[in-house]
Amino acid sequence: MSSSARRTRAAIKAVIWVSALTPATVLIWRATHGGLGANPIEEVLHQTGWWGLVLLTTTLAVTPVRRLTGWQAIIRYRRLIGLFAFFYVTLHLSTYLVLDQWFAWAYILEDIAERPFITAGFAAWLVLLALAVTSTRGSIRRLGRRWQRLHRLIYLAAGLGTLHFFWKVKADTREPLVFAALISVLLLARLPAARSLMARLRGRTAARVGREVAER
Amino acid sequence: MRIRIHGADEIRASEITPERVYLDRRRFVERAAMLAAAAAVPPSWLACGPAAGRAEETTVAGREAKATKGRGIQEQDWTAVRSELDEPLTPWEDVTTYNNFYEFGTGKDDPAKNAHTLRPRPWSVAIEGEVGRPAVYDLEEFVSPHRLEDRVYRLRCVEAWSMVIPWRGFPLADLIRRVEPSGKAQFVEFTTLHDPDRMPGQRRGVLDWPYVEGLRLDEAMHPLTLLATGVYGRDLPNQNGAPLRLVVPWKYGFKSIKSIVRIRFTETMPATAWAVAAPREYGFYANVNPEVDHPRWSQARERRLGDFRKRPTLMFNGYGDQVAHLYAGMDLGRWF
Repeated sequence: MSSSARRTRAAIKAVIWVSALTPATVLIWRATHGGLGANPIEEVLHQTGWWGLVLLTTTLAVTPVRRLTGWQAIIRYRRLIGLFAFFYVTLHLSTYLVLDQWFAWAYILEDIAERPFITAGFAAWLVLLALAVTSTRGSIRRLGRRWQRLHRLIYLAAGLGTLHFFWKVKADTREPLVFAALISVLLLARLPAARSLMARLRGRTAARVGREVAER
Repeated sequence: MRIRIHGADEIRASEITPERVYLDRRRFVERAAMLAAAAAVPPSWLACGPAAGRAEETTVAGREAKATKGRGIQEQDWTAVRSELDEPLTPWEDVTTYNNFYEFGTGKDDPAKNAHTLRPRPWSVAIEGEVGRPAVYDLEEFVSPHRLEDRVYRLRCVEAWSMVIPWRGFPLADLIRRVEPSGKAQFVEFTTLHDPDRMPGQRRGVLDWPYVEGLRLDEAMHPLTLLATGVYGRDLPNQNGAPLRLVVPWKYGFKSIKSIVRIRFTETMPATAWAVAAPREYGFYANVNPEVDHPRWSQARERRLGDFRKRPTLMFNGYGDQVAHLYAGMDLGRWF
């Protein structure tokens, strides 16, 4: 790899790190400046869960973006974004276990077993845990083709996460429905028909760009 | 002047007057004089002109001159005020910036941000239905016959958070006696203003507008049930349901309907907003009950705002001694 390509990669990774850590930094700043409102624990729960879903959706968007733009190298950053999604979902779960429940295990187990929205959220975290643990180079090598199949479960995690959000809200379902729509589109983009459509779109764009360059 | 309620024999005075005040006789005399003075002064919106506004300032601020500076909620010293269970008050800041009032948005901070469009005056309240004296009252005529009292109540939201709030208002029972419901009246139905220009949240069909709540007549007549016009000794801020709201302390917060424009006496149980929106989750009664969980979350505990650890939720929100008899023999799991 050329040194300029290496620099580009490092720069893109830096941008991802900074962007992904910004919500957590803002949250810490608000927490230390009394800016979390009257119910700070609820606000931390909401923010960490929301950003977990945003980053999960972003992770799912990587492959469609690659197909649409032809930017092959983007795939290199997918794992990093996915791990940040896991980071926020883990913060979310920890906030629930520690700040919200203060390790009241009897209540926590009852919640997981009996409240469908918590069951769904916890299941989503378990799936993400399995994916995070097997995200290493070694695991990819060891698992071979099974790795790909395993990591398709990210759609399950995203679906469960959205369901968790949908079941939590009382009446205003707009935000969970937006996540559901985005995730559905990104899932549909995997279908062969959508893939060939994207390839055609890319081909046409590439051809047009080529023509425009030639005409100039 | 004393603070007391007529026909409320089952309520100990300590439940209305803050307990510390009740226990300390010397301070009781001072404090009662102050609270009563504050309560006897009409809220500023009853004033016809600037002179009346100044009168309030002189009366209240004058008595408290040594203790406080300037205007604002410091006009009265609330720091020592406690509930009858010796709970400190939830700060004004939290009471007025964190609540549900979907007419102004579904976020907890939306009401405080958006309720400036409400315009709570002029305001009228219609009394309708099975009642001897139906009428549409201007707010001033509606409130002026009643003596306003300060009452410290716990407020338990169905979302498992809670506050302790010093409301100012008068017993709904006093109003009901005044308007003389007929023998057919079994329930009281309350309706919030429906005006999407003043309540922008109503532009979206999150709930079936207008918001409707209701009580059985005996619940409505209960001396704890309050029609509130103020909080912390001041007029209600828009986001807290100005200019007139219900406060039913033993029921989940959503029963305490805000910005009321109509009170109707009916023979049949009113179809209330949340029970219509999600009948499996919200019932007509909505009594605070740690043993009957909401289908999606536990009601066994709650977080008092400002606390880190959750606390056990009390049956009827701690008002069981006063209200349990209303539900004798009822299956509270079924009539949730």
